[in-house]
Amino acid sequence: MLQGNEAIAEGALRAGCRFFAGYPITPATEISEVLSVRLPIVGGTFIQMEDEIASLGAVIGASLAGVKSMTATSGPGFSLMQENLGLAIIAEIPCVIVNVMRGGPSTGLPTFPAQGDVMQARWGTHGDHPIIVLSASTVRECYDMTIRAFNLSEKFRIPVILLIDEVVGHMREKMVVDEEEAIEIFNRVKPTMPPEWYIPYEDTPSGIPPMANFGEGYRYHVTGLTHDVRGFPTSRPDEIGPFISRLHRKISSHFSEIQTAEFFQTDDAEITLIAYGCVARSAKRAAIEAREKGIKVGLLKLNTLWPFMRSAVERVLQTSKVLIVPEMNMGQISREVKRVNRGVSRVFTLNKVDGTIITPMEILCRIQEVT
Amino acid sequence: MANRYEIRLGGSGGQGIILMGIILAEAIGIYQHKFVAQTQSYGPEARGGSSKSEVIVSEEEIDYPKAMKPDLLLVMNQKSCDDFYPDLKPDGLLIVDSTFVTQVPSPKAFQIPFTRIAREKFKREMVANIVALGALSQLAPVVSAKAIESAVLARVPKGTEKLNRDALKAGIAAAKRAKREWSQTERLPEIPKEDLLDSY
Repeated sequence: MLQGNEAIAEGALRAGCRFFAGYPITPATEISEVLSVRLPIVGGTFIQMEDEIASLGAVIGASLAGVKSMTATSGPGFSLMQENLGLAIIAEIPCVIVNVMRGGPSTGLPTFPAQGDVMQARWGTHGDHPIIVLSASTVRECYDMTIRAFNLSEKFRIPVILLIDEVVGHMREKMVVDEEEAIEIFNRVKPTMPPEWYIPYEDTPSGIPPMANFGEGYRYHVTGLTHDVRGFPTSRPDEIGPFISRLHRKISSHFSEIQTAEFFQTDDAEITLIAYGCVARSAKRAAIEAREKGIKVGLLKLNTLWPFMRSAVERVLQTSKVLIVPEMNMGQISREVKRVNRGVSRVFTLNKVDGTIITPMEILCRIQEVT
Repeated sequence: MANRYEIRLGGSGGQGIILMGIILAEAIGIYQHKFVAQTQSYGPEARGGSSKSEVIVSEEEIDYPKAMKPDLLLVMNQKSCDDFYPDLKPDGLLIVDSTFVTQVPSPKAFQIPFTRIAREKFKREMVANIVALGALSQLAPVVSAKAIESAVLARVPKGTEKLNRDALKAGIAAAKRAKREWSQTERLPEIPKEDLLDSY
């Protein structure tokens, strides 16, 4: 019997995470609690930092030294991490950041769920940047998605954000972990050439350069300034353009690897619900009950929030003339859905911002309202 | 949906409501091999404030993890009794800690003074939630006393096993007593709903 947060800690250990730096915050504290006990046992390092800015700084440093690293926080701490998040993106340093969403803005509602940080996860740090954001709605998914977050971040050299909510983080469900079960673990690609030949930010066909661990003889420069292939600041347009383009290309040319979603009863659905996190569970119940009443309702559950899974929405648009996006915010993913829809079908929102989960009944009412 | 059983536990922060939910979920999920989902809701205070814990039991995978219409409501203070009683299913089971719940909204409720038992028998109010779990094992159809005992003993700190086992036994005994009294109490026959409408 594990909490979502505990499953994240277990998933991190399974993925090979050996460094955690963080600052406790409800409702994400359990992740630190478990790792503070477990990491030293497996030879890892746990540090409680003075704040969230320093936490992500420490995580970035540890990752540069070759250790899979993560931190966990909630809205207020996530705001503080935005600046270092940008550093990890531009310097292409793999790391995992878990944000267990609570009500905001500011200190907001420490113990109540919300989904208000979806856009912040996408655009919170400044500059035009790519990012990967995953979501989970069951305890098992928390475990799997954490492993996936580490794999993607190692593979694409990018920070990956796991965005869950208080309900999922604090919910306990039965979970069986098979230590023998084969789970794909990806470790960053290291340079094979001798140190003197290593060009740290050289373009490759995939757009992802091999990454050398600090302290293993490969000396290179890491900076938040826009840099050339050797890592030194540059102001030459012919170096800046290709570099920023590569940062985007390494994600946009691998959408099929990054994006996942689940389709539940969508093949013949006239109405499709699009949901993620804890709300996806309410939506599933609503879809089942609507079918019992003879209304053809399906559910598209988004597991990758960013880059937004355009292809999944396009697939449900082929059958559904009505889309409903229930969210615990004033409409963040619904805007993306509307953008993809381009007027083909009708897109309705269902927004709730009172610190409680959207219930299946509320979704059913909305279905009746719009049809 | 039909095999979904919803339990809600309510009280004030510090009474052990959430731990009670965790142990109950472990008893049913691990020792009785059913699907369970346990959730909680509480304020930012460490003690005081409202505390709620819910356990959903099902034979199949659980989607919506919270209680919609609880089949069983156990409350350990008046406020949560007042707040949550309207949500209870019409034929649902209400169990109250009569130490704190003095105004009981239904004549069908089981009234057991969990906190008073803990205080007088064990000199520790702390174990009131374990006493309540003992009672639950007798009154709730979804969990056995054996499963509850295994789950409690797996959770509690070393050295307190005897105290907790005794607390469970006290709860079981109190529930059996309450059941006996309950069956002996004379209740007015329930008025069918149609007749109730007629009288207006």
